[in-house]
Amino acid sequence: MRRAFPILGILTAILLSYALYQALVVAPTDAMQGEVYRIIYYHVPSAWTAMLMFFINFIASIQYLTRSDPKTDRIASVGAVVVGLVLFVIPFFVKLPEGMRASAVGTTGLLIVGIYFLIRKLFSPADTDVLALVSAEVGVVFCTIVLVTGPIWARPVWGIWWTWDTRLTSTLILWLIYVSYLMLRRFSSSGQTASLAAALAIFGALDMPLVYFSIWFFRTQHPQPVLGGGGQIDPRMLHVWLLNFFAFLCFAYLVSWSRYRLEKLQREVNEAHAFESLKDVPRSAR
Amino acid sequence: MSRPSGITRATLLKDLRLEWRSKDAINSMLFFSLLVVVVFSFSFDPVAEESRHIAGGLIWVAFLFAAVVALNQTWARELRNQVLDAYRVSPAPPNSLFLAKALGNFVFVTVLEALMTPLFIAFYRLRALGPAWQLLVVAVLGTWALVVNGTFFAAMSIRTRSREIMLPLLLFPISIPAILAMVQATTAILTGETGARFYIVLLGTYDLMFTTSCLLLFETVLNAE
Repeated sequence: MRRAFPILGILTAILLSYALYQALVVAPTDAMQGEVYRIIYYHVPSAWTAMLMFFINFIASIQYLTRSDPKTDRIASVGAVVVGLVLFVIPFFVKLPEGMRASAVGTTGLLIVGIYFLIRKLFSPADTDVLALVSAEVGVVFCTIVLVTGPIWARPVWGIWWTWDTRLTSTLILWLIYVSYLMLRRFSSSGQTASLAAALAIFGALDMPLVYFSIWFFRTQHPQPVLGGGGQIDPRMLHVWLLNFFAFLCFAYLVSWSRYRLEKLQREVNEAHAFESLKDVPRSAR
Repeated sequence: MSRPSGITRATLLKDLRLEWRSKDAINSMLFFSLLVVVVFSFSFDPVAEESRHIAGGLIWVAFLFAAVVALNQTWARELRNQVLDAYRVSPAPPNSLFLAKALGNFVFVTVLEALMTPLFIAFYRLRALGPAWQLLVVAVLGTWALVVNGTFFAAMSIRTRSREIMLPLLLFPISIPAILAMVQATTAILTGETGARFYIVLLGTYDLMFTTSCLLLFETVLNAE
């Protein structure tokens, strides 16, 4: 395990620089926007990575609360399977709104079940809290990248830095919710910060569909998603795009892994300190 | 008295009686929202026709900030003499306590709204051009949306170092869809330009969803010392 980390680090560095070369040099120039469009090779993969991280945070938070009791654990597992199956089956029976592909919805359903049981298998109940913390932190970093690169692109293309449309506003609110999550973890004086944070994470995740639908009422200005949204993209661009997504995922995995180890070590040190002070008290009292 | 509804009623009556005698929360809320009204009147012309478009937002922002004042006192009051700890070790269901506190706050904020609304109407010369009865629905649903999550997050924020400031930091981001729905619905009714149906349904969904999750998760928050 210890040797795998530097190897993965080197591989990720090579992959990231290759993806950068592909994005800046090899990918064809956009017919409408010119060179400035190239920022989407960072903007969109960062957004996807951030969403994935927040989703992992949601699942880990649920598991932290449910797995302490076999009964709630069973309910949550059944719930995850039901949600996944419903999403998988829906496209066969219901006509989806325009711009949504049946395959995308079905895959999301499978991903939910997959990630749920993967986390359940790989992490002990206590470790799901570390996972929730790490995924929220890394997710906030990637979400910040999205919020910074977006206006840089919007200024030359739209002529404005910011507009209050659906995607932009809901991403900003998503960012706000997870920053408040991190602040709660930072300022909590409770011995059970993990439970409080898990409850807040579940509230935040439940809030997101409502945020999206409430703002969806205003007309949207953001370009429609090209993948799974029915748009057309040059296959060479798609290739570079997916390569960048993969490189960003590797990078996020690397950062999360290192942060995860750091947090685990920190907790071990804290426990050792607490144990030491317990042992010391009777000696000084003697 | 051991039935959950009996515990809810006893706690609710205790809170109402405390408030009736001290009038701490209601006085500070009233004065605070009055200040908001006066301060905002300097930032734009309050009697202009356009102010009809911002009045909805203004009213709810004033109520939101004022509600935070009451919400902060909800649980801090129970920390003295370890009342909350006594409650935790008692066999009483946590959700009865939560419902009592949420209902109590609902009463406080409703009283505040009932007292402040005539003032708003007079100061800003408001007149609803849409169906005015819908304002009542928006007020009830909107107040419950603020209060149910506010009570929950107030219980969370007493477990943090800087309690008073932590509550708005947790409450506001989560409440954004509710605030947007309240403000847009009120503006739609005041201006009479569009219907408020969508936003009322949205508020109802928000209330239903978060009341359920508050009741499911409150025990966790109560026990996290």
